[in-house]
Amino acid sequence: MRVTAVFLAAGLTASPFLAPAQTITLYNAQHEQVVGMLTTMFTKQTGIKVQVHTGEGPDIASQILQEGADSPADVFFTENSPELILLDEKGLLAPVDKSTLAKIPAKYNAADGDWVGVLARENVLDFNPALIKQTALPASLLDLARPEWAGKIGFAPSDADFLPLVSAVIKQDGKTAALAWLNGLKANGKIYQDDESVVAAVARGDVAAGIVNNYYWARLETDLGPAKIDSKLYHFKNADIGGLINISGAAVLKTAKNPEAAQRFLAFLVSKPAQEALGQSEVDFEYPLAPGIPPNKLLPPFKTLQPPAISVSALGDDQEAGALLQQAGLI
Amino acid sequence: MLLPLGVTVLDAAGAGWATASALLLRPLVGQLLANTFLLIGCSVLCCGAIGTAAAWFVERSDVPASRAWAVLLVAPLAIPPFITSYAWVSLSPALQGFWGALLVVTVSYYPLVYLPVAAALREMDPALEETARSLGNNVPTVFIRVVLPQLRPALLGGMLLVSLDVLVEFGAFALLRFRTFTTAIYSAYRAGFSGAEPALLSMILLLLCIGCLCAEYFVRGKARYGRLGRGVRRGVARYGLGGWRWLIAAKFTGWAVLTIGVPLGMIIYWLAQPGDAATAPVGDSLADVAQAAWASIYLGALGAGLTMALALPLGILASRYRGWRVTLLERAAYLAQSVPGIVVALALVSLTVHAIHPLYQSTFLLLLAYAVVFLPLALVSVRSALMQAQQGLEEAGRSLGLSRIAVLARVTLPLAAPGLGAAAALVFIAVTTELTATLLLAPIGTQTLATQVWADTSTLAFAAAAPYAAVMAIMSIAASWLLARRFGAASVLVPASV
Repeated sequence: MRVTAVFLAAGLTASPFLAPAQTITLYNAQHEQVVGMLTTMFTKQTGIKVQVHTGEGPDIASQILQEGADSPADVFFTENSPELILLDEKGLLAPVDKSTLAKIPAKYNAADGDWVGVLARENVLDFNPALIKQTALPASLLDLARPEWAGKIGFAPSDADFLPLVSAVIKQDGKTAALAWLNGLKANGKIYQDDESVVAAVARGDVAAGIVNNYYWARLETDLGPAKIDSKLYHFKNADIGGLINISGAAVLKTAKNPEAAQRFLAFLVSKPAQEALGQSEVDFEYPLAPGIPPNKLLPPFKTLQPPAISVSALGDDQEAGALLQQAGLI
Repeated sequence: MLLPLGVTVLDAAGAGWATASALLLRPLVGQLLANTFLLIGCSVLCCGAIGTAAAWFVERSDVPASRAWAVLLVAPLAIPPFITSYAWVSLSPALQGFWGALLVVTVSYYPLVYLPVAAALREMDPALEETARSLGNNVPTVFIRVVLPQLRPALLGGMLLVSLDVLVEFGAFALLRFRTFTTAIYSAYRAGFSGAEPALLSMILLLLCIGCLCAEYFVRGKARYGRLGRGVRRGVARYGLGGWRWLIAAKFTGWAVLTIGVPLGMIIYWLAQPGDAATAPVGDSLADVAQAAWASIYLGALGAGLTMALALPLGILASRYRGWRVTLLERAAYLAQSVPGIVVALALVSLTVHAIHPLYQSTFLLLLAYAVVFLPLALVSVRSALMQAQQGLEEAGRSLGLSRIAVLARVTLPLAAPGLGAAAALVFIAVTTELTATLLLAPIGTQTLATQVWADTSTLAFAAAAPYAAVMAIMSIAASWLLARRFGAASVLVPASV
């Protein structure tokens, strides 16, 4: 079966006999279905096969750290920028081709050009209108730590998407305030394993509201159909910390065995066909970062969002956030 | 075999006292201990009560179709617990958490109590009960004062096996979002890769497991309620239940629906639902399923091969030679039984990521993990198969001038072949349904049925997981059934009586 697939792939490339079949190893912390779609397109276009190893962002990042120079990874593709920044700080990333970086607005790329932004996702509050009125929802994410929210809020501290939010609160208000906020959330909240469980819990009325990324609600809506979903999204306004934008990005490892093919994969991720497929397919619910590409129709236009003014480099890595979550007894 | 133990101890020791105490005295560890003990306590009681009651009605009452119940009551052993877990959690997400975990553990593991208790009931001398009856005791009093004390070794042994299995189970609890040591070790491994934290948590889990194993050994070794007389004992009397027998039969039916009906029914239900590309991480086309099935079979066959290659020499030593070295070797293999798959896998990752790098993420490493985890399972069958091959025939072969090797090839192995085949088949089933070590060690790009079910169910894509779960359940049930047909029920029941 695999042999047939290789022949098919080879048959579709322009010059299968001049370029021997190449393979790159992708350490993936994006959703498997999204990456499945992208790698299939990439292989069809270039003949380069992609071996995928999937996990949660912080986990894959620490795996790459541990493997060090022995890492078999060529490319790292993840949902949240802090993991890329961490690897960059440790000097494990190679510079991304200039032409690739140029496709994406500079503020969504690494300041030193060692990784490129691909997609963006928004932090939101998912709520069940049967349990709580939209007008009763708070102006700020920080309000959710107040006693009146006891028992009404669900969140997933062990989900990789929660870390950037903690980093942002630390950045804005300092560590002490962030810890107090986490303790308040812990006292008030129901804890779930991941964002998938949170949106499912809100939809079935297990909890009134949940802190998630917009992606998960849109995916549940697509899965159940608009008639059947009992929850809605609430977007934090006025640059509140709760409306933080997470940047999903990709990088080539310094130790990549096949750096040239790895760079081609990055160039493909920001290319028009890939970005359009990400926006149009019913598989991904994030904002393509290449200018002028509309997102999935379930998402409000990118320019209507009112995120806080924290740049990706200011957000930094997620080491402090992880330590704080441990200190609060949440992980 | 004990290498993973050593590596875990070293990794944990590398942390130093300050780090270790900070990591171990966290509130999380306390919560894990509470979760684990609460679940073990409750599930042992549930399995004990249900297993014993079911065994008594099947063996000692005139409940209709007792032969059929005897088979149906054991059948849940052929369904991997994480498939059962998948079925229940997809039936209702409300089952996430403690109650769901208790339910899944009870329906999956109660046969571990039922089997030894039923066997003990069959072996019991009816004379004692009859004497008690003749002294004026009614049936419930006789059960409590005469039957139950005689069942104690079987019952306690079964309960300890349930405890051990609850301690090492990973997939079922992860899907139910119930945190125990195995799931915490897995998250710690993923968050910090092969650092000190997972090793430290592993140490606690290991101590608990070894405690269980020792307790089981103690219970088995000490308590024996043997008959002294060697005469033929009369068949046991069955108690007439009157009209109640239909009520009991109805209860058995309900129980079979819970233990077998729900898992298989939910798989069939989800098979009929269309999968959704948006939610399913893994495609469910026929080609995808076939490829995963092939990977499972391939790894199962190679895993069984390697395990048997290790078990055979050990089995020969254990069945043909005496001495403290042999005993020590055999005990060491059984000790490995208490080492959970996740600990073995973690130790192998930690060992190969730098030190023996060529093996890192290789198929051979995964096979090695299988061999370590399933060696005790293979060893029990291999040893008993070799015991049954009469030594006198080997001696005859030697006296006729054959070399040791020739005797082994032409006398011992042919005699023991059926038992060895059963052992290999058991390991094959165990490998194809194994999840934890496979998740951690599978080479990049290798997906098995178990890892695909895992990938889909972790994101609640139940329909997409169904074909993989179905193929896995069919393979496991068919293999168990074939084994039971060919070698008698005892061959399938070996894991329960280790």
